[in-house]
Amino acid sequence: MMKRLVQGAIVLAALGGGVFWVLTRPSALPEETLAALTAHDADAARGEAVFWQGGCASCHTGPGVGFDALTEARLVLGGGREFATPFGTFYAPNISMDPQQGIGTWTLTEFATALTEGVSPEGEHYYPAFPYTTYTHATPGDVADLWAFWQTLPADPTPSRAHDVSFPFSMRRAVGMWKLLNFNTDFVRPVPTDPVESRGHYLVEALGHCGECHTPRDALGGLDRANWLAGAPNPVGQGRIPALPPQGWSAFDITAYLETGFTPEFDTAGGEMAGVIANTSRISAQDRAAIGAYLVTLRSSPSP
Amino acid sequence: MTSRFAALALAAAFAFPSLASAQEVDPNVHARQSLMDLYAYNLGVLGAMAQARMPYDADAASSAATSLYHLARSGSARMWPEGTDSMSIEGTRALPAIWDDMAGFGEDFMALQTATETMMNAAGTDLASLQGAMGPLGSACGGCHQSFRQPQ
Repeated sequence: MMKRLVQGAIVLAALGGGVFWVLTRPSALPEETLAALTAHDADAARGEAVFWQGGCASCHTGPGVGFDALTEARLVLGGGREFATPFGTFYAPNISMDPQQGIGTWTLTEFATALTEGVSPEGEHYYPAFPYTTYTHATPGDVADLWAFWQTLPADPTPSRAHDVSFPFSMRRAVGMWKLLNFNTDFVRPVPTDPVESRGHYLVEALGHCGECHTPRDALGGLDRANWLAGAPNPVGQGRIPALPPQGWSAFDITAYLETGFTPEFDTAGGEMAGVIANTSRISAQDRAAIGAYLVTLRSSPSP
Repeated sequence: MTSRFAALALAAAFAFPSLASAQEVDPNVHARQSLMDLYAYNLGVLGAMAQARMPYDADAASSAATSLYHLARSGSARMWPEGTDSMSIEGTRALPAIWDDMAGFGEDFMALQTATETMMNAAGTDLASLQGAMGPLGSACGGCHQSFRQPQ
């Protein structure tokens, strides 16, 4: 009797392990995405716009690069910034064009797989501190343009620093479980019919990754999509991140803030948002206006 | 016994209501925040003109910019004694990083002094000059708020 129980447990454990192994397997790009990527006539200038819309520099510039640094300094993606979270401390890796320390040897497919699937060329899951849950919504054209621009960026020899993450999050396969729960290729909100608002929706949900800080997270760090952009505790420190749109702000207020960093009360952006403004001040005025036009449609904001 | 103790505590709370509230508002924090309000009050005039929310008025712009210049030279160093950071007391968003990096904080403050001087010289000239000085001034504010102020 006992022996049969033990045997049964072993079979169940093996089955469970097998199911875990299959379920947490890193995914590859869908065929149609691959086809769209290679068919796209990539353009580095358009890619530069995507670079600022996606806010890559906020996390991947070196720790000493301030939000008011010159554009050239914000294009050096040597990594090293520290993000202390409840799950451990993440260090943004070197994603410069350095062939050894960075991603200089990557192919377009590897770049797109990292960005939109959260999977490395070695077939490992990335931690979702890298907002691929947002970037998965980016169009293949934008991804291909971005990669074209990326190849014009400088190499930086700084070695990436290993993340300091505790068990079970230290297991990369566990990220596969996390992805089953939280990696959703559907937009959170429906695409608006108005073309300007639709553009704003794309910038907010596919590139700008506003939701990563402005949406609360559950116990496992997954975004609480029911409270999308409703304001949240600061994910990397003390304090709160406000709801979007901020209480009483007009579309014009948001647009001006994204350009200058000045709130309607002429306070200024601080914390991580100062780095966000360093990106949004470099996107087109139309795109800033589109974000403003879209955000004000979200809700009459509850006070954060 | 317990209830008598509670009654005493309650009586004490009624007898000394100022004790609790006096601790809530540190005079340094109050002064800092009042100064920030005055910066914002004057920036509001310049920013509204820069963003075309109100018509350009050289006198009003010049007056606001001159106020900013003097506010940035109003002896505010005394307002930042040790122990008045967000981890030590309530009611402030001033991060402990200020006291860990006083040199960096000082540099950011010097940048504010420089930017207000540039604005004072530009604001009364014309709208384009005002707009040109607005970016550096915003950067000076933001530079400090990025490193040294907690989000809400």
